[in-house]
Amino acid sequence: MKYLFKKLITLIMTLFLVSVAAFVAFQIIPGDVVTSILGTEATPEREEQLREELGLNDPPVKRYFNWVGDVIRGDLGVSYRYSKNMNEMMPVAELIGDKLPVTLWLAAIAVILIVVTAIPLGVFWAKSKSHALDACMGVLTQAAMAVPSFFLGIIVTYLFGIVFKLFSPGGYVSYRDNFPGFLGYLFFPALSVAIPKIAMTARFLRNSMLTEMKADYVRTAYSKGCSDRRVMYGHVLRNAMMPVITFLGMIIAEIVAGSIVVEQVFGLPGIGRLLISSISTRDFPVVEILILYITFVVIFVYFLVDILYRVIDPRISNR
Amino acid sequence: MMRKVKLPNIQKWNKYFTAGLIMTSVALFLAILGLFWTPYSTTAMSAAERFQAPSLMHPFGTDNFGRDIFSRVMKGMGTTIFISTLVVVCSGGAGILIGALTGYFGGIIDEVVMRITDAVNGFPSILLALVVISLMGSGRQNLIISLAIVFTPSFVRIVRSEFIRLRDADYIMRARLMGVGRVRILFVHILPNIFSTFWVSVMIGFNNAILAESGMSYLGIGVLPPDASLGKMLSDAQGYLMTAPWYALAPGLAIVWLVLGFSLLSEGMRRNP
Repeated sequence: MKYLFKKLITLIMTLFLVSVAAFVAFQIIPGDVVTSILGTEATPEREEQLREELGLNDPPVKRYFNWVGDVIRGDLGVSYRYSKNMNEMMPVAELIGDKLPVTLWLAAIAVILIVVTAIPLGVFWAKSKSHALDACMGVLTQAAMAVPSFFLGIIVTYLFGIVFKLFSPGGYVSYRDNFPGFLGYLFFPALSVAIPKIAMTARFLRNSMLTEMKADYVRTAYSKGCSDRRVMYGHVLRNAMMPVITFLGMIIAEIVAGSIVVEQVFGLPGIGRLLISSISTRDFPVVEILILYITFVVIFVYFLVDILYRVIDPRISNR
Repeated sequence: MMRKVKLPNIQKWNKYFTAGLIMTSVALFLAILGLFWTPYSTTAMSAAERFQAPSLMHPFGTDNFGRDIFSRVMKGMGTTIFISTLVVVCSGGAGILIGALTGYFGGIIDEVVMRITDAVNGFPSILLALVVISLMGSGRQNLIISLAIVFTPSFVRIVRSEFIRLRDADYIMRARLMGVGRVRILFVHILPNIFSTFWVSVMIGFNNAILAESGMSYLGIGVLPPDASLGKMLSDAQGYLMTAPWYALAPGLAIVWLVLGFSLLSEGMRRNP
């Protein structure tokens, strides 16, 4: 329990630090934004009025706490780029809420692909007694990890889209119109995201299992007459999964944070593309919230993995 | 009393090492050659030569402006290697400095640095670099700076843990007792023994730098024209996938060749007994 408590405190502290950093970077440093919102309608009176309304005249510390309060209540600020004038401001929450499901579903499909493929692959590779197969798998996984995700996306687009005509490249199906079609279209970007990660995970799992297989208890199990299958899956895999879970946590965090490049390749209207476009248009409120979201997700996933680790293996003591 | 320094010894050549060495040398050769000479000009546009499929004259074909793709790939590889090397040198250097100081001396600065590295570590590098670029503006220099900033935390981590590991070693304590100055201990006694671990992370970092640079160029926030870049070529090529699929194949394969070659090389070096 004490461990959990300590971890929770660290989590909150880190979140706090990150929020302050984001606030300073995107609200204090860029300076006066009123002119960019008003654009051609800017007059000194209107500027002052907007400043009062947005609370930009308050001291920074007060602004920070106001901002935090707003965010907690769901008011994530207003986009500069998409706000046409003072009365038609586009809330960031709406922008993000629209695109978040795309990224999340992409992440979900990719993670499922990874788990379903990498684990059997890793086990199979670890069990293999043939040197040739080992070397072959080794090079194949190295090659899969060497391919940049966007190139893989292009290859997938070409192979499955143009040659095999399994989907039409660029023909994104919204989840609102046709949900199964949406999932079907997402399969291919998810594949591009998943392949290098499958290779990495399989390698990792194989190494982990090889280390485990040398342990004494494995020999004991065999000498007690356990079948190969039981030893492998019941004992070795269980223990070898530990570091793999941490590794998978890292990968999940990375994918959920937004597979920016793959979204660009396949034209998916997700968080990644929103981030890029808002960075190029210097739409700081959006960038700020997105960075916060990504940071929170990453830190949170790591936290969960930490706790999971402790739950699975009670031998792990606090540092 | 100085411990024998272990340099990576290349006595036993194995298949990974040779394969990796060959691939990397070819890439380096082409890149350096590309600095002075390419088979065709990389900027001359010719409407007549557009979209030629790979042939003896143009091993990788021509692009939408009639430029020879092979020559552009050579130039692009040069840019990518140059940028990645600079990134790794800068972040590695910074990593050694910060990691050595915080690892050896510890204290509250160590705690703060650790918190920061932990927070930054989980991020995909492209994301972080994106943020830095958004605050700094794009272009080659800023790209290098932002990637160097992004890669430094992982180097710091590794160097720091190695320094912590060796800090209490016998021979270090003896050196301290002998009155060896702190700076000398750090850089003359401990640092050389970290070399093999550090070198591995340098190589991994180099690969990641290549992937990050081409990713960012693909997204359009990396190097700007007229600098050639493999990532930018890929993004151009995507539009012509139906008509000229070879356009995309060349830069993509070039990236894979680079990264794979380097991975095999480092795998080969790692496997030396």
